[in-house]
Amino acid sequence: MAVVKVCGTETEYGIQTIGMPDTNPIAASSMLVNAYVADVKRRAAWDFDDESPGRDARGYARKGSAAPDIETHLANAVLTDGARYYVDHAHPELSTPECSTAMELVCFDKAGELILERSMEAASRVLDPGQEIVVYKNNSDGKGNSYGCHENYLMDRSVPFARIAHQVTSHFVTRIIFAGAGKVGSEGPGSSAGTITFQLSQRADFFEEEIGLETTLKRPIVNTRDEPHADPRRFRRLHVIVGDANCAEVATFLKVGTTSIVLAMIEDDFLSSTGSDLTLASPVRAIREVSRDLGLSKPLDMATGRQMTAMEVQWELLRLGRKYAEDRGLECVGGSDPGGAILDRWEDVLNGLESDPASLARQLDWVAKKQLIDAYRERHGLPWTSKRLAALDLQYHDLRPERSLFRRLDTEHLVAEEDVERAVYEPPETTRAYFRGRCLERFAPWIASANWDSLVFDLGSDPLRRVPMMDPLKGTAAHVAALLDECETPQQLIERLGA
Amino acid sequence: MPEREQKRHRAPERETPEEAEEVAPSAKGEKLKAEMDDLLDEIDEVLEDNAEEFVRNYVQKGGQ
Repeated sequence: MAVVKVCGTETEYGIQTIGMPDTNPIAASSMLVNAYVADVKRRAAWDFDDESPGRDARGYARKGSAAPDIETHLANAVLTDGARYYVDHAHPELSTPECSTAMELVCFDKAGELILERSMEAASRVLDPGQEIVVYKNNSDGKGNSYGCHENYLMDRSVPFARIAHQVTSHFVTRIIFAGAGKVGSEGPGSSAGTITFQLSQRADFFEEEIGLETTLKRPIVNTRDEPHADPRRFRRLHVIVGDANCAEVATFLKVGTTSIVLAMIEDDFLSSTGSDLTLASPVRAIREVSRDLGLSKPLDMATGRQMTAMEVQWELLRLGRKYAEDRGLECVGGSDPGGAILDRWEDVLNGLESDPASLARQLDWVAKKQLIDAYRERHGLPWTSKRLAALDLQYHDLRPERSLFRRLDTEHLVAEEDVERAVYEPPETTRAYFRGRCLERFAPWIASANWDSLVFDLGSDPLRRVPMMDPLKGTAAHVAALLDECETPQQLIERLGA
Repeated sequence: MPEREQKRHRAPERETPEEAEEVAPSAKGEKLKAEMDDLLDEIDEVLEDNAEEFVRNYVQKGGQ
């Protein structure tokens, strides 16, 4: 039986400074993260001093503190919602807390955007007039430089990695038809300027290998990084680097939801048992073909010698997903309710893509962006090479509310605004992120370091006390909420845990 | 050329919810067009002033 598909995203945001010619992107990213952390602490202190519990309604009070993780001079914070917010490769990066369903992850992914938005506001308060730090949730600068939105999925260690890599590749290549964030033009090796006007994916241009360990050059479709951040005898964390950063909630939901189901089918060796072979003859060639095929009709060469379109591969995966749900159930993706919602939405979107892709402008990033750019191009009579279209593409992903073009579109929301607001401060209840987040909220001054798989407490006189969290499904609200409520001090908590 | 796979993969039919909005297609099309026109007006206002410079300056280093 497949393990629960605990999942999370790590988003590297594009960063741009205005009026700060001497500031490099690493320094700007650090300023951004530090400004946010300082601002949250200030709010928490203010709420506390004010002794006005009524103000807690907005979720600020006593939920604000963040513990710095002192392993590097770069900004690096673990937040009370269980997320990690830091500087990586000259970008601000936010890793969501571990979530147990795709829908939960949509909420925490959006909360991540809100954290970046508030970071920009916090930075603007300490910068000089005329200076500004701006972040973009995209994956490319249009000049051949890419930065990622990685996904992570919990898998059973006993599943042979070769099977995962072999079977998941066709999903990674073809899910672009709904998970692509859209891009004007093309970049990287083999691209000839002007011939590609628009493509479905931000990232497809940058993948040159089928499988490998790299993440910054010669990027592989399947990444082999083996760093489980959990008990390595029981678990694997599949690190997925091939996806686009999505703004549209439905796109994120489907990207993560369909991948969770496909991985569960691989884990239970269900795909092999159906006799279905969706192996692509040349995945690297295919990922570019799919991304550049706006008509969604290009036949891809399959290893069997036949051809299938990306749509056909996705229809087949959906058919198998429905069969898997009937035969094995959907416990590992949250049960029949949230799991079934993934299958239903998957089907709706494939139907929409087949009959009229434009009908999905409220659901999918690439469709929304394409529609916007087409209309703008038509109104101003612009050629595809116009810099104004490239600007429009970038600005779609601008996280400043007053500048974001995505925000101006009436896209479909799957999670309520108040839930996203809460997810900025409160952890998910269904994974170990709950224990991490609640401990940081309650006992931050005594936490020497917070990592994915442990918390280290410094209680003063004793040696440091490490609380291991090797199972991502332990430390949930069901396990530890009562215990945490009963403990008034970190000493009591450590004693009760026997750590 | 390898033989093109003809088989269509159709998921089973599901009940489709009733249309929330009962607007004639042409009226709906005009409404969408009007909305898009308004949006384009807004975009003209918020789009970075100097698109060429904005795009040229947007350079990202070292990403994963």
